Order: sequence, then structure tokens, then C-alpha cells
Amino acid sequence: MSSLAVRKDAPAGITPGTAQGPPPARRRRIALVPTLTLALGALYCLLPVAWVVIAATKSGRELFSTFTFLPGTGLADNLSDLNAYRDGVYWTWMGNSALYAGLGALLSTAVSAVSGYALAIYRFRGRETVFNILMAGVLMPPVILAVPQYLLLAEADLTDSYASVLLPLVLSPYGVYLARIYAAAAVPADVVEAGRMDGAGEWRIFTRIALPMMVPGLVTVFLFQFVAVWNNFLLPYIMLSDDEKFPITLGLFTLLEQGANTPALYTLVITGALLAVGPLIALFLVVQRFWSLDLLSGAVKS
Amino acid sequence: MPDTKQSRFVATAVAVTLGATTLAACGSSDDGTGARSGPAKLTYWTWTPGMDRVVDLWNEGPGKEQQITVTVKKQASGDTLVTKILTAHKAGQGPDLVQAEYQALPTLVSNDAVADISGEAGDAKEQFAEAVWQQTTLGSDAVYAIPQDVAPMMFFYREDLFEKHGLTVPTTWEEFADTARELKEKAPDLDLTTFSANDSGLFAGLAQQAGARWWTTEGQKWKVGIDDAATRKVADFWGGLVREGVIDNQPMYTPAWNKALDTGRQIAWVSAVWAPGTMATAAPDTAGRWKMAPLPQWSGDDTVTGSWGGSSTAVTTDSRHKAAAAKFATWLNTDREALAALAKNSGVYPAATNAQLSDAFSEPPGYFSNQPDFYTQAAAIAGTTAPSAWGPNVNVAYTTFKDAFAAAAKDRSDFGAALTKMQDDTVADLKKQGFEVAE
Repeated sequence: MSSLAVRKDAPAGITPGTAQGPPPARRRRIALVPTLTLALGALYCLLPVAWVVIAATKSGRELFSTFTFLPGTGLADNLSDLNAYRDGVYWTWMGNSALYAGLGALLSTAVSAVSGYALAIYRFRGRETVFNILMAGVLMPPVILAVPQYLLLAEADLTDSYASVLLPLVLSPYGVYLARIYAAAAVPADVVEAGRMDGAGEWRIFTRIALPMMVPGLVTVFLFQFVAVWNNFLLPYIMLSDDEKFPITLGLFTLLEQGANTPALYTLVITGALLAVGPLIALFLVVQRFWSLDLLSGAVKS
Repeated sequence: MPDTKQSRFVATAVAVTLGATTLAACGSSDDGTGARSGPAKLTYWTWTPGMDRVVDLWNEGPGKEQQITVTVKKQASGDTLVTKILTAHKAGQGPDLVQAEYQALPTLVSNDAVADISGEAGDAKEQFAEAVWQQTTLGSDAVYAIPQDVAPMMFFYREDLFEKHGLTVPTTWEEFADTARELKEKAPDLDLTTFSANDSGLFAGLAQQAGARWWTTEGQKWKVGIDDAATRKVADFWGGLVREGVIDNQPMYTPAWNKALDTGRQIAWVSAVWAPGTMATAAPDTAGRWKMAPLPQWSGDDTVTGSWGGSSTAVTTDSRHKAAAAKFATWLNTDREALAALAKNSGVYPAATNAQLSDAFSEPPGYFSNQPDFYTQAAAIAGTTAPSAWGPNVNVAYTTFKDAFAAAAKDRSDFGAALTKMQDDTVADLKKQGFEVAE
């Protein structure tokens, strides 16, 4: 690709003044820089992934002694060790992560959809105040809230339960913010008006008319939330003490920090981390088709 | 005890959020409604692998008779766990039993998170060496935990390479320095060892051996002696070797360090009794070529060592069954069967003196199969452990150590300045937490 670009460049340099020459040549030349930048960016992002993939194939003996990007021979052993570790507790963690991320993202998307729609469509006293408070929430890193949330849930005797991780996830300021922006852009006031004229109730308008228009936006909210929860560490770390309820992030952390007597189980952690990326990739592949709806839904009004 | 960035981040994040309120709390304990034992269901936070199997022995044996059931909730070790225990304690939701490193006990005690069990478990004292037991009493009449494992420090070296280069095993630190110089002369590519600042416990143990007492009390005031003469001697010694360039200045526990050990670029390691486990992962190809010897001494007539690691079992003030919990903690750390199971399932080197020579330790660790009397020697060395003196903000001193000494080692600059910073930061933090500090 780059050789092609260079060859196109050459004549442009020789005949700078010609009428047809420069435009395509210039386009090519400019494209080289962004392409290179993007390629570098991609390399920067993919290199660690490649490291995880290759490191997962190495046995404990090979992990630190062979060349970094030389595949090892231990993948099958690593997988069976991971599977056997404490009677397969890894899969319990995987299931927990799926539950926290799946259910948590679903609940928070539902809340975001309702509140985002309300904030975008209805005019009521205090609307901007509510929205501004939410905006402040977006700026607040969730990490800061983990301990207060723990103390709150402790009052209700809910710590160390599935609910203790799910409940704080239900309201996501960023999700509401996105849903509001999206609803404002995708659900025209005329359509809502027309629905009212035809005698539809507000709930019916929301579920039958607005919600389908908001789907692509909500898919984005769902994905954001899912990934955020899947990678979440501090909230479950503080809330949970029973390691049968741990998500993967926390479970792998206990494999690393086993105290001085026992070395960290690096091979298991690396293999576990690799497997944990799988569901995320699968989810993105599946959800991609919903994103393409975006183009169609724009055509409602003309 | 490799410390990850993640764990440090978590500890910081939690500590910041908790703020001074938790840490400054230092008050009276609500007296126990829980003096009765069994029937009781207890929860136990521990990071020791295989602990669930050891606890099963209790639940099927003595625990069943006394109707005391213990459930293990496995945790990640380190400072983050201390923070988590304090958070849970603030909410009154702590478990009944926690595993705690010795240096974390003063923090837990000053936050009123662990209970005095001298009434229930005071008799266990006979089972432990004086220097070990005093870490759980903090020099008072109270007993805040039962010692579980100890980690006496030792000197590990490549026997074959020492022979090849005509080196003798150093018995004093002076000889240690000479050995490093001699090796550098004979084989400039090799290093005797490295000075690493990424695990503060190592430096603390070395200072302890030299006779340092970092935290002491004077009446109601804390006295911080991090830059005392003994520690300064240790800092200057290692700083001098690094500046001279006769030892390496790269951190431990990195892939590069593993490789250096495995390929014989570094031929010795100052470590503790748990080193065989770490080395089996770090340097798998050189198993059977290493040997263990006592730590070099500051003067020829001494036989003292420090400790690097070790932990205890404490009963929390949140527990409603303190007597039952104390009974379990005592059983776990003094009963023959329990200690044998801990050694077998979890690789725990016991704090209980008798257990150090039990059947479980008749064979050397696999990595040291060439040294049949490994554990006999280890037990003898463990008996020479110097007392240690921990305070309520070891974590702050440790964090400053990592930052200041890592920078000093990297630049090969003055370790004394780094030590002064460690002292100043620790004193400043104590004052900030509301403790009185004697100057």
C-alpha cells in the first residue's frame, strides 16, 4: 500500500503545475500520514493483546525464559490447570461476571432509556437541574463512590450479595446522558405530538414509537455498561468477601496475590485473562448488526 | 509478596475515600457480648491457598464436637486486604477471623478492628519464640493474634558458580561486599545480587537484623526510628555497593530478574524461608544448584537474622463469637495435625517452634533437594530472629521506601537522603492521623 502511494507521489513532484495531476496526488500524500498514525495506533493497541495470546501458550517454565513473542507449548496444560483450579472456580467467576455485566447493563440501559427519554421530551420544572446533577455524576469517577455505597448497603445488610454489586450499577449517569442526547436527536417532537393526537397514551408512545427509534443509542449504552461492569474491579472488591461470588477481575487478582509463601500463578492469570476477553469480543460481533440500524432510523422524518 | 500496581492503586483509592475518619479512630472497644463459645458459625478471611482443606479438618473434627463451623472466604493478600478489613469494620460487617501480616497488626489494633484475646488464647504463648510472640502483643499485656507463619531471612547462592569463580560464602556483610567486588573483577558480566526497592519487607528485615526498631512507644507517644543508626548503616552499606557498581540496581520479580537468576547472571539472593517457592517459578532451570546459608552478620560473633513476611490469625472486634474464634485460631496455629496440613496444602512455614522440625519438614523443598538438612538449618536460623517493632502506619513508610529508594537505586545516588525522606513522611503521616509523636 505504501509503495503505491510513493509511486503516485513521484509524478506529482515532477509536474506540480498540471491541472489534473495534483488533486489525486495530494489526496494520496495526505492519506499516508493518517494511515501510518492509525497503523501505529493499532499496533500499540494490538501488541499487548498479542502478548496475552502468546503468553497464554507458554508453560510456567517458558514464560519468563523464552523470547516474548515465541509461542510456547503449554496452552493445553494451562487450560486444564485453569479448569482444575479449585474445582473449576474460574467458571463460577466467569458466570458471575456474565451475570453482573449482562443483568447490570440491561437494568441500567432500561433506567437510562426511561430517564433519558423523559429528560429529552418532557418539559418540566427542574429538568435542567436534574440534568446538571447527572452531568456532575458523569464527571465523578465511580471509584470514589464505592466505599460510600458499601457503607450504605451495609446499613441494609446487603453486602456480600449479588445485589450489592448490581444495585449500584443500575443508575449510570453516563448512560442517562447518552440516552437523553440520543432521544433528543432521534425522536422528533412531531412524532410524539402525532401520537398524542391519535390518542395514544404516554407509555404507549414511549414503548411503541420512541423506543424503537432509540434502539441504536441504547445498544451503545448497553455495550458501554457491559464493558464497564465486566472490567469493574473496585466495587465488587469492596462489596464481596465470598469468592464464589467474585467476578473474573477479582478472582484473577486473588491468584496474583497469594501471600509470600506461594508464588503468583502467572500462567493461570494470563490464560484466564485471555479467556475473559472472549465474551467481550463475541458480544461486539453480535451487537454490530444493531448499530447498522442507525442509518435506517434516520430516515423516519423527511 | 510481589506488589502490583493494581493493588497499590486500590489501596490508595480506598484509603483516599475512607479519609482520615477511619484511620484516626482509636478508641475503646465495645466489650464482648461474645464471650461464649459454640455453637457458632464463623467466617475467616485468608489468602493462604489450600486453607479450605485445612479448615475442613477442623469442621469435621474438633469443630464438630464444639459446634463451631468455620467458612473460608479467600482474599487477595497485601495492603489492600487491610484496607478492606477496615472498611468492613467501619460498617460493622467484618468477618470473625482475619489473616494479618505482622506489620499490619498495629494498624488494625489502632483502628480497633481486632480484639484482645489474651483471656482465651494467652496460653498459646509457650508454643512460639519470644520474638515472634511479641509481634502479636505489641509490647502490651493484650494478645491481638496467634502467629501463623514466620519468614526468617537467609542467604541463597549458586553453589556451582561460587565454586567456579572461587568465591566463599560470606558470613559477614563485609565479606559479602568483598565477594561482590571479587566477582565483579573476575566476571564483569555477573552480579552477586541486586538491590531492589520494590519490596519494602526486604529492607525492613535487613534493618531489623541490624537492630533497628522503627516504631516504639514513649508513654502515650509514638517514636519513629526509621533513620536510626542501625538502619542508616544498612542503607549506606547497600547504597555504597550500588554506587560502586559491584551489585545490580534493577528491581526483583521482573521477567528480567527471573532471567538473571535462571541464567546465572545473578548468583545470589538475600531472601527468606519461602524463597524455594518463588525460585521454582523464577528460575526453574537451575533447581538443585542453589544452596541456603545463614544471612551474613554485622559482626563476626553475631547470629541474628531478620524476617521478611509472615502472618498471623486475628479475631475481629465485629465477631459475635470471639471465644469460639480464638479457639479456632489457637487450634489452627498450634495443633500438630493442623500445622502438618498447613505445611502440606499451603506451604506454610509454621511460627510454632515445635512444628518447624515436625515430619512435614523432614524433607527439603524440591528445589533444594541437594541440601537435605534445609529445614533443620532453617529452624536453627528461625530461632535467631531479631524482634521487630511495627507501628500504625507501616504502609506509609513502605510506600515512601519504594518511591525514594527506587529512585536512589536507579540514579545510584545517596541512600541516606532517601532514608531521611522515609522518616519524615512517616512522622508527618502519624501526626496527620492524630497520633502524638515524640521527637
